[in-house]
Amino acid sequence: MFVTAASFKKTFRRDWRDWITFVLFAGPNLLLFVIFTYYPLIRNFLLSFQEYNPIIDKGEWVGFNNYVDILIQDTQMTRIMQNTLVFTVSVVALILVLGLLTALLLNQKLRFRNGVRSMLFSPAVLAGSAVAVIWLYIFDYRFGLFFQVLKYFGINSPKWLLDPQWAMISLIIVYVWKNLGYATVIYIAGLQAIPADLYEAARVDGAGAWQRFRNVTLPGLSPVTFFLGVTSVLNSFQSFEIINVLTRGGPVNATNVLVYRLYEQGFTEIQNYGRASVVATLLFVIMFILTLIQLRAIERRVSYA
Amino acid sequence: MAQAFLRNPFEKFLAYLLLCGLGFIMIFPFFYMFISSVKPHAEIVQFPPALLPQASWLWSNYAEVLKIVPIGTQLLNSAMVTVCVTLGWVITSVLAGYAFARIPFPGANTLFSMYLGTLMVPFAVLLVPMYLLMSWLGWVDKLAALIIPWLFSAYGTFLLRQAFLGLPKELEEAALIDGANRWGALFRIYVPLVYPAIATLATISFLYSWNSFTWPLVVISNKELKVVTQGLMDLQALYGGTRLDLVMAGSVMAVMPTLMVYLAAQRYFIEGVASSGMGGR
Repeated sequence: MFVTAASFKKTFRRDWRDWITFVLFAGPNLLLFVIFTYYPLIRNFLLSFQEYNPIIDKGEWVGFNNYVDILIQDTQMTRIMQNTLVFTVSVVALILVLGLLTALLLNQKLRFRNGVRSMLFSPAVLAGSAVAVIWLYIFDYRFGLFFQVLKYFGINSPKWLLDPQWAMISLIIVYVWKNLGYATVIYIAGLQAIPADLYEAARVDGAGAWQRFRNVTLPGLSPVTFFLGVTSVLNSFQSFEIINVLTRGGPVNATNVLVYRLYEQGFTEIQNYGRASVVATLLFVIMFILTLIQLRAIERRVSYA
Repeated sequence: MAQAFLRNPFEKFLAYLLLCGLGFIMIFPFFYMFISSVKPHAEIVQFPPALLPQASWLWSNYAEVLKIVPIGTQLLNSAMVTVCVTLGWVITSVLAGYAFARIPFPGANTLFSMYLGTLMVPFAVLLVPMYLLMSWLGWVDKLAALIIPWLFSAYGTFLLRQAFLGLPKELEEAALIDGANRWGALFRIYVPLVYPAIATLATISFLYSWNSFTWPLVVISNKELKVVTQGLMDLQALYGGTRLDLVMAGSVMAVMPTLMVYLAAQRYFIEGVASSGMGGR
């Protein structure tokens, strides 16, 4: 077909109209996005090299001073990194294992299983802060539920949230309780997607229940496990509300994690935006690396049975 | 497919036992919250504890909470913020999702991947610069700070773009040839076909803004403008030691709206939370 001047003009006019429509439709969204996500992201990075003065609303460039303060001089930083690691690894492992076990149970033909599934999922939709308030009193060492039950059996209750040894365990319990339903629901969907004839074939080959689980169920679930692992790591890494309500990072930093440290530096008495931005940058870099590693692993190891 | 692992009555019994245990663990904290909200403080802290209120059911605790803290106003604030944010999410996501899926524009794909790249950015990273932006705009302690920055969603735009891409192009082309414009084609033909995606999005948006805590904590301090999650914290700080019954009544009021909406629209909640990967935080 020949491109005549007239047809070119016509196409161009249609394109030009499309462009305007595109800008009108996507524009508001993109504008909000640039103002409230991209700009703050860049500003955070700049702030991490500044000493910010709130009175004149201006930052003074101080090079890597804030980084030195946080990464080298802050004696609590090792503790905080350790806590973050312990919290993330424990909750993700527990959520995956318990989630799989509950999903296997709820996948049986049992009465009331849908009701139990609804109950299981309900804490996942509630505000973390409200859930934490309930648990604050379950853990209370003077009259809380755990205290009363243990006392009934004649056992001395630990001071849970006030004891540096137990505080982290308490947080892990609450977080797992809240998010178990999420993993279970996704695992149930994964179980139901495994083709029935695979089990049939395994049975014909003489595989027992355990072997069928080991060789059919587990490999069939690996994409789901991977998805859950990724999202659980990213979510637990950002967990703030439960910590803020239950322990405020205490006692003596026993439950202080990166996100809480950021809040502490920026919005409590300390109020040092520069240092808070360094913690934020650290958080960003770690999340970025985790996402990259996970994207890599997705290509290599996961079997999409 | 459900696998028949349960061959004999004993295994079946064991499974039901586990099921009961699980249900109990999940439901008991809620039961504890509710039952404590209608007991006097002294009965909550006594040993041994009683399962039900002994003297009488103190429904008056609820009225008392409403009287001593502005939790009624705060519930309304939460409701208003949630409605605005949800409308914003749906409108901006439908429009931009459609534009990215169907309207040719130079560089649209690059633009879209830049946009999606921010899905992994943790909100905490934006906390300080967003606060500074709010104070520059004069929005600290204004409800605008809880609404306007949240009127769009990268997740929502992605969800709707995928939904529009799943629909046949011919539908729209026929309408455009018949003389409808893009706007008409979108709202008459496409939008009704992606209602499930919109419902999922609205559900996630509801959860996201009703449950939000960190951002309001940073940006709102006037107690008449606080949202209900903050109000609950204040109630806890004021009466946690002396009037636990009131704190628990406040908790019931704070979680009730979410629970009711969850029970009414369970399917969309499960779908939404599963597809967004948003477990609670």
